[in-house]
Amino acid sequence: MTKISMTVNGRQVTGDVEGRTLLVDFLRENLRLTGTHVGCDTSQCGACTVHVNGLQVKSCTMFAVEADGAEVGTVEGQQNADGSLSTLQAAFQEHHGLQCGFCTPGMIMAASSLLKVNPKPTEAEIRHHLEGNICRCTGYHNIVKAIMAASGQDVSKIAAE
Amino acid sequence: MPKDSGIGASSKRREDVRFLTGKGQYTDDVNVYGQTYVHFLRSDVAHAKINGIDTSVAETMPGVVRIFTGKDFEGIGGLPCGWQVTDRHGQPMQEPGHPVLAQGKVRHVGDPIAAVVAETREQARDAAEAIGLDLTELPAVVNMKEALKDGAPKVHDDLSSNLCYDWGFVEDNKAAVDEAIKNAAHVTTLELVNNRLVANPMEPRVAVGDYNAANDESTLYTTSQNPHVIRLLMGAFVLGIPEHKLRVVAPDVGGGFGTKIFHYAEEAFVTFAARQIKRPVKWTSTRSEAFMSDAHGRDHVTKIELALDKDNNFTAVRTETYANMGAYLSTFAPSVPTWLHGTLMAGNYKTPLIYVNVKAVFTNTVPVDAYRGAGRPEATFQLERVIDKAARELGVDPIKLRRQNFITQFPYATPVAVEYDTGDYTATMDKLEEIMDLSGFAARRKASEAKGKWRGLGVNCYIEACGIAPSNLVGQLGARAGLYDAATVRVNATGSISVMVGAHSHGQGHETTFPQVIAEMIGIDESQIDIVHGDSSKIPFGMGTYGSRSLAVCGSAMVRATEKVIRKAKKIAAHLLEASEADIELKNGKFSVAGTDKSVDWAGVTLAAYVPHNYPLEEIEPGLEETAFYDPANFTYPSGAYACEVEVDPETGKVTIEKFAAADDFGNVVNPMIVEGQVHGGIAQGIGQALLEAAVYDENGQLQSASYMDYAMPRADDLPFYIVDHSSCTPCTHNPLGVKGCGEAGAIGSPPAVVNAVIDALASGGKNVGHIDMPLTPHRVWKAMNQ
Amino acid sequence: MYAFDVTRPKTVADAVAALAGEDAQALGGGQTLIPTLKQRLASPAVLVSLSAIDEIKGVCQDGNVLSIGGGTTHATVAAEAGAYPALAALAANIGDPAVRSRGTIGGSLANNDPSACYPSAALASNATIVTNNREIAADDYFQGLFTTALNEGEIITGVKFPIPQAANYQKFVQPASRFSLVGVFVAKYADGVRVAVTGASENGVFRWSEAEAALSASFSAAALEGLTASADGLINDLHGDAEYRAHLIKVMTKRAVAAAK
Repeated sequence: MTKISMTVNGRQVTGDVEGRTLLVDFLRENLRLTGTHVGCDTSQCGACTVHVNGLQVKSCTMFAVEADGAEVGTVEGQQNADGSLSTLQAAFQEHHGLQCGFCTPGMIMAASSLLKVNPKPTEAEIRHHLEGNICRCTGYHNIVKAIMAASGQDVSKIAAE
Repeated sequence: MPKDSGIGASSKRREDVRFLTGKGQYTDDVNVYGQTYVHFLRSDVAHAKINGIDTSVAETMPGVVRIFTGKDFEGIGGLPCGWQVTDRHGQPMQEPGHPVLAQGKVRHVGDPIAAVVAETREQARDAAEAIGLDLTELPAVVNMKEALKDGAPKVHDDLSSNLCYDWGFVEDNKAAVDEAIKNAAHVTTLELVNNRLVANPMEPRVAVGDYNAANDESTLYTTSQNPHVIRLLMGAFVLGIPEHKLRVVAPDVGGGFGTKIFHYAEEAFVTFAARQIKRPVKWTSTRSEAFMSDAHGRDHVTKIELALDKDNNFTAVRTETYANMGAYLSTFAPSVPTWLHGTLMAGNYKTPLIYVNVKAVFTNTVPVDAYRGAGRPEATFQLERVIDKAARELGVDPIKLRRQNFITQFPYATPVAVEYDTGDYTATMDKLEEIMDLSGFAARRKASEAKGKWRGLGVNCYIEACGIAPSNLVGQLGARAGLYDAATVRVNATGSISVMVGAHSHGQGHETTFPQVIAEMIGIDESQIDIVHGDSSKIPFGMGTYGSRSLAVCGSAMVRATEKVIRKAKKIAAHLLEASEADIELKNGKFSVAGTDKSVDWAGVTLAAYVPHNYPLEEIEPGLEETAFYDPANFTYPSGAYACEVEVDPETGKVTIEKFAAADDFGNVVNPMIVEGQVHGGIAQGIGQALLEAAVYDENGQLQSASYMDYAMPRADDLPFYIVDHSSCTPCTHNPLGVKGCGEAGAIGSPPAVVNAVIDALASGGKNVGHIDMPLTPHRVWKAMNQ
Repeated sequence: MYAFDVTRPKTVADAVAALAGEDAQALGGGQTLIPTLKQRLASPAVLVSLSAIDEIKGVCQDGNVLSIGGGTTHATVAAEAGAYPALAALAANIGDPAVRSRGTIGGSLANNDPSACYPSAALASNATIVTNNREIAADDYFQGLFTTALNEGEIITGVKFPIPQAANYQKFVQPASRFSLVGVFVAKYADGVRVAVTGASENGVFRWSEAEAALSASFSAAALEGLTASADGLINDLHGDAEYRAHLIKVMTKRAVAAAK
C-alpha cells in the first residue's frame, strides 16, 4: 500500500492504495465519488473522464499513485459555487443532451475541457473532441448542440433546415 | 405558442440534475455492508464437454469465501424462456435447458462454468485462474445453414437437431403466395444478412444479491428494464422464492436497448449465493464480459421475393429467414423473428399475399434476443431494400413505387394477422420530401461530384407494431406472460402526488413526462408530482419498459388510475360544496360547481380525503389512492418515412452521412423534446448498424469483435445533425392518450435509408451493385465497387 | 490486474536503476499498457513510471532538428512541434484528447504497435531514437511487430527529427479502435523522399521504397500512378484484407504528397 494525497474538487484527500489501484477506483471506492463511471476496459468510452492538473484524462487508464499530489476535478465539482448548474450543465439540461445519464459525467468533463481551450468551437471541432466519449442514447445531436449553446452560439437553426 | 407545461410541452427533464452533477444512483453505486464479490470463470472455447472442475487449490487462496459450480445448481431451475413458438406443423419449439452455471457442457465462449466469491474482486479473479478445468473441446457450429445439415455437431445433445422451430406465417397463405409469385409480371429477389449486433448500453450489467436471514427476504439490485419480470422469472422459475420474500430493485439504469429486459444467470447467481453464504454478493460486468454475456441482437439471414404486376402493384411477398438463437433461448428470443417480425412484413403497403418462413437455429454463440426494434428492423430492412431493388430493376422512381402501393384506408387488416388502426403514409412521405429538401438533391449531388465524391439518396418507409400489447393476443401467440401494465396514483394529504409505475425509465425521461400527463388532467403544477419506479416493493406490478410501450401501456394505466382519483375527488368536492356530483367541474386544479362561483381547490379536497371531518363517509372511504391495470386492445402502429444522403469516397469506399431526415407519425406527443431525443438515438443506432457495427464470430466460435477495439461504436464524428419531424399525427384510436410510442422508430427506420443511399451513390458513379451487406464498411463498399 | 508496485523516479538514472530490478517494466503514459494489464496479459512486479521525470519532457528546435523528450505527451507535441507541422498534426490526431493528455512519444515508439502513428513519422523522418545510453537510427530501430532495438531496461529519453522541406501524414482509421487501418507519412528532404507506412503490415511500420524512388524523382501524386503497393505480408482482419490495405497505401500516399507542406 502507498499513501497518496491529492486535491479533488478543491478538497485535500488522502488514502492508501495498491500500485494497481486505478484513479477511477480511488475516486469511486475510497472517496465514494460515484459520478465518475466505468463503461469499458479498453480506454475508449470516456465515461470515466476527469481532469488531472487541468488536463482531460481517462481515470480508468491512470494509476491513483500517479495522481499523487495532483489537482483532480470530477463531475461532482462542476457546479457553480452556489450549487446551481454550471453554464455547460444547464445547457445539457436545456437541450436534452443526456438520456440515461451514464456517459454524461464524462461528456461534461470532456466538453468543459474543450471550452477552456476553444471557447467557441465549431460543430466539427466538438465532434472531433468527443472522439473518446461514447454515448449510446442521444445520437450526439443534442450533446453537440448543448456544447455549442454553452459557448454562446445560436443553436436555434440546427435541424430546423 | 408551444405550451410550457402539461401534455405537448417540452418540459425540461428533472432527472437531469442528478445525472449532471454525478448524483445518479446506478447499480454499481450500490454497496451493501459486508458485501463479497463474484468473478465468473467463463468458457474460452465455444463448445466442450466438461470432464471435471478442480477447485481445490482455488479454495485455499486468500480471500476466497466459496466457489460454486454447476453442481450447486442441480435440482434448481434453469433460466426460463418466456415465449413458446409453435411451428408450421403445430409442434412446440425445441426448448433446451439453460443452467445458471454450465452443467456437463459449455456451449458458447463466455458460458459461465464456475463462480468464485471472495472478499475482493481481484482475489476472486486470482482464485478463478487457479481453478483446474478438464474440458474436451468439441467441434462448434457457428453458421446457421451448416448447423441444420445432417451430422452437424449438436449444441444440445438432448434435442433432435439444432433447429429450434420452423415457423410458417400465414401457413394457409403459402400456396396462394407461391402461385402469385409464379404468375407475377416481375419478381425481385434479394438475399441479405441482418448483421448481429451488441446492444452496448454504456452501463455494463451489475447485480448485487442480499439476503436478510431475520425475515428470510432476498433483495436483488440489478440493471434491469423490468424488475417485476425478473422477480417473477427468477423467483418462480429459478430459485423458488415466493414474491413476498423477494424484492428486485432496478435503480438508475444506464441504458438498456432491450438487452436489459432478460433474466440473466448472474442475477440468479448473486441472489442464490447471498442466501447460501449469508452475505451480500456483487457482480460488476466488465465491457469485455458484456460482449460475451449480454444477449446479442438481430443475426438473420434472409431471402425475400417481391412480386409485382404489370402496373407495378405489389402482389405478393415471400420470405425465408434463418434466425440465430445462439446457444440457449434467452427470455424472449423465440418471439423476435416470429411475432415481432412476420407480422410486420406488410409494411406500409397493401400487398395482398404474404408468406413468411423462419427457421430458428441453435449455434455455439451468445444467445440472441431483442435489441431496439426487435424483429421490426429486420422486417423493415428486407422489405424496404427489396422495394428499392425492384424500383431500380424496373427503372421507376422508388418514392413513386412506394406511394403507389401505400395502404390508404384504415383500419386495415394485413394478410399477416395484425390490424393497423390508423396512419397516413402519404402525409409522412410528403413531410419527408419537404424537410429533406428532396428537390435540391440534384444540386447537392453536383456539388459532391465537384469534390470527387459520389452522392446518393436513399428513402424508405417503416411501420412498427409497438406498445406491446394485448395479453389475450400475445397469449395465443405463445407468450407466457401478460403484457398489461400498472400504476398507482397516490395523492397525499397536501395535494402532492406519488405515482408508482410499472414502466422503468433508463433514459426515456418518464420522471418528467408522466407527471406532465397528470398535471394536465388535474391542472396542478408538474413539480407536485413524482414518479416512483424500479422497485418491486414500492410499485404494484409492472411488465417494464421495452417495445416502445411505456406511455402507450403504462401511461394509459396511469391515466385510468388518475381518472379514478378524479372521480373520487369530485365526490369529495361535491360534498364539500354541497352540490351534486354531476355539477362538479375540475379545471386548473380547482373544483367548481357549474354555473356558480362556488369552488374548492385541489389541496382542499385532498386534505379532506385524509382529514375527513366533513366527508361523505357513508359513501366513500377516506384517502385518495387508486390503482389501475391497463391491457391494451391492440398494438400501436407508429410509422414514418426516412431519407438519407451519403457521400461515397470512390477511392477508399468510405461512406459519410451528409444529411438525414425522419418524418414520423407517433400519434399524440407528450414531450416533443424527449420524443426527438428518442428518434435521434434510434437513428444513431440504425446508422451504426448500417455502417459500423458487427458482432463477428470466426468458424471456431470465437468472437472477433469482442471489445471496442473491434466493435465499432458510432462516435460523434460519424454522425450528422438529424432533421426530425413528428407533425404528421394520426392519434392511436384505442388508448386514452392517443399515443403510439417512439423509442424504436429511429432504429427501425434508418438502416434501409442508409443502404439505399449507398447503392444509389455507387450507381451514380457507374457501379451498379445489387446489394451490400451491412455494415457498409469502407472495405466492403470498396470490394463491392471493384468486383 | 495482477498486483504490482508502481515507483515514480524523478531522474533517468533512478529510472534505469529501478528497471534493473526483477520483472520491472517501464510505464509511459500507460494508454496501451494499462488496458493490457487489465486483461492480465502482463504481470510485472514493478512498474517504473516515467511520468515524473522532467528531464525527458519537452520540445526544442536546434537548427534543422526538432528534439522531443521521450516523456512528452501527444498533446504537448501537438501544441509545441509547430516547426514540424506534419508531426504536430499527427500528434493532434492520435487517439482522443484524454489519450493525448497521457500518452507519450517514447511510450508509443517503445511499444511499436503495428497500427500506431508515431512509428511512421520516425521512420519517414529518419529520426534518431535517443536512449539513456545510445542513439539509434530509425532504420535500425523498428524490428517488427511490437519489436524494437531497445534492450531490456533501456529508456527512450528523446527523439530527434530532422525537419523536412515538406511532409504530411494521412491516416485512414480503423472504424472501431480509431488506430490507423493504413497510415502513410511522406517526408521530403533535400536528399530524397521517404515514405513510411503504418497499420498495414504484419511486420509493423515499413518504408515503401518504390514510392520513395518515384517521389524523389518527381514529388507529385502523378509520379505514383504506375505503382502498386504489394499486398504480401499485409494484415488481413475484420476491417480490411491485404488487398484493400495495399490499395489504401497508394491512395493515402498520393493524398499525403498532395497535402505535403
